[in-house]
Amino acid sequence: MNFLVVSPILIPILTAMLCMTLWGRLRVQRVLSLVGAVALLACSVTLLVLVDRNGAAVSQAGGWAAPFGISFVADRLSAIMVSLVGLCAVAVIVYAIGSLDHRRESMGFHALAHAMLSACSGAFLAGDMFNVYVWFEVMLLSSFVLLTLGGERGQLEGAIKYVALNLLSSTIFLTALGILYGIVGSLNMADIGLRIRSASDPSDIAMLTALSMLFLTSFGVKAAAFPFFFWLPASYHTPPPAISALFAGLLTKVGAYMLIRVFTVVFTTDQGIVGPTIAVMAALTMLVGVLGALAQKEMRRILSFMVIGPIGFILMGLGVAITATARADALAETLGAGVGEVLALRTAAALALGGSVFYLLHDIVVKTNLFLIAGVVLKIKGCAEVDKIGGLYRSHPKLALLFMIPALSLAGFPILSGFWPKLALVRGGLQAEAFGVVAVALVASLLTILVVLRLWAEVFWKNQPEPVQGDFCAMGFSGAGRPFRKPLMYAPIAGLAAVTLTIGLGAGPIWGLAQRAANDLLHPAPYTYAVLGDEGLERLDALGVPEHPRTRLTSAPIDADLHAEGHHP
Amino acid sequence: MELITPLVIGLLYAAGLYMMMRRSFVKLVIGLLMIGHGTNLLIFTSAGLVRGKPPLIDPGAKVLPAGTTDPLAPALILTAIVISFAVVSYTMVLVKRTYQELGTDDLAEMRTTDR
Repeated sequence: MNFLVVSPILIPILTAMLCMTLWGRLRVQRVLSLVGAVALLACSVTLLVLVDRNGAAVSQAGGWAAPFGISFVADRLSAIMVSLVGLCAVAVIVYAIGSLDHRRESMGFHALAHAMLSACSGAFLAGDMFNVYVWFEVMLLSSFVLLTLGGERGQLEGAIKYVALNLLSSTIFLTALGILYGIVGSLNMADIGLRIRSASDPSDIAMLTALSMLFLTSFGVKAAAFPFFFWLPASYHTPPPAISALFAGLLTKVGAYMLIRVFTVVFTTDQGIVGPTIAVMAALTMLVGVLGALAQKEMRRILSFMVIGPIGFILMGLGVAITATARADALAETLGAGVGEVLALRTAAALALGGSVFYLLHDIVVKTNLFLIAGVVLKIKGCAEVDKIGGLYRSHPKLALLFMIPALSLAGFPILSGFWPKLALVRGGLQAEAFGVVAVALVASLLTILVVLRLWAEVFWKNQPEPVQGDFCAMGFSGAGRPFRKPLMYAPIAGLAAVTLTIGLGAGPIWGLAQRAANDLLHPAPYTYAVLGDEGLERLDALGVPEHPRTRLTSAPIDADLHAEGHHP
Repeated sequence: MELITPLVIGLLYAAGLYMMMRRSFVKLVIGLLMIGHGTNLLIFTSAGLVRGKPPLIDPGAKVLPAGTTDPLAPALILTAIVISFAVVSYTMVLVKRTYQELGTDDLAEMRTTDR
């Protein structure tokens, strides 16, 4: 179990190192890279199954006990995320072998991709704030090189913006970490969480809330949330499709994951202020994402904005959940913990956060797939500007069908995977009386349908327009070198579409998993117990949070409520 | 010391942000470096400044005597310095390559990917 917790970090880093040493031997690298990706998927899915059955698993690096050493924690959310890293890894590596030009592939693509995957897993599993910073930097550096691999003009321009804003966000993160360590005196997330819960001095609490805003800014940049998203549409469409797909699937989700983690496990002060702030950010992110997508003309730029929009949905669940929890806590103090209103608010929080987790899960699969499909369109047409291409439905009906599955899922059509998390988010929002953000979410969903249908009509349905003399495709991409291997590009697309269909049709078990993950986050006991053991539970008891279940496994009164009321999709 | 370091940190942040707002991307890198130094000093200061009391455990004793320097903060700073070294080296190469490709270091002229 101990090895299994860190295996999603060790396997890709080992693969990256081996690929580095076998620099000139591309064939061996490909085999290694593929084996590494499959092993990563296998280990992370095993981890997910075990964690879901037995509760959170922890590995203490070097055997140093929790608040002193570095902990790696796999709770349900972390395990879900690393499984998705594995899934993305397999899909993108296969696709890259089939599509990437020889020059880029031999210049270290495989090593860099695995370094990035390892850093993503590291950030998902880290139980120590400074460790998260280190993984973020590893992830950034490998993504910088992946982004500029090949050194075309567009890539370099995009990279300057990407590098500048992401480095600034890392610096803000490090600043916040320094101040946090100064106030709290610990770096272990569970330990910090306990120490922050026990803070009673109002000036300390005010300082901690201000500090949490620094973390919000820093992770907001990584997640491309509303006022901080500008680097994303400037850079994501510039590298080759395989690399864009990897970025679109994973990078912003690491930021979103960190926001969920930090504002549920670590910062629990002044939730009545932080929650609405996040909800407003979420609403604006959804709107900006979808309106930006409507204004764009290049397929991958449209999709880049569609990376931003869903981050809004994920943050919406977080904001609603935090606000509802704060209100429930306040009500419980005056009315008592067992009152109907308090329980209803806690149910709403669990619903909304469960929706966020489900959305995160669905969006990684869908977004990776859409970028992979855009890559195929680019290979076929040599151009991805929607008013210069068309007729793909007639010439490539299978591709059109494969596009429909993730695209309609993104728009949230019923029975596909995007519908269920949106349903949970909207229900949770209504139950928590967060009507504003729910209204924005519904409008944004409606506009997303417009974006998706526009892509469908322009790229697939309409006839190929006559080429205009002297007109060239500004965002064309030199995929020269090797003719692409069709099966290797279609297989991951079909595979991910199958996963999307499975998530949509088998939403019951997945929703159960998301709900359990959300319950783990909303109650401090499971995470604290996993990292700090009995000592952590004693400290939690001393703080007097009696309404939280104390067991290691998520005993789920809220979950049971949901089943009883028939909210289970 | 407690009075001087915050002033220096503030100055480094202000100067760094000012440099980052400039149009030249060489200045952007200098700005990033300055903020990075400011951050390192900030970690150093926020962990508490103690003069002349290294965190050494006396022979025979089992715990650190009270009032010594916190050894964790310098360890964090060392890690941060190593990371920022790698990041800045990459950024320098990127800036040079971009200048060669574009023939300008003016950020306002780099708009082809935004259209």
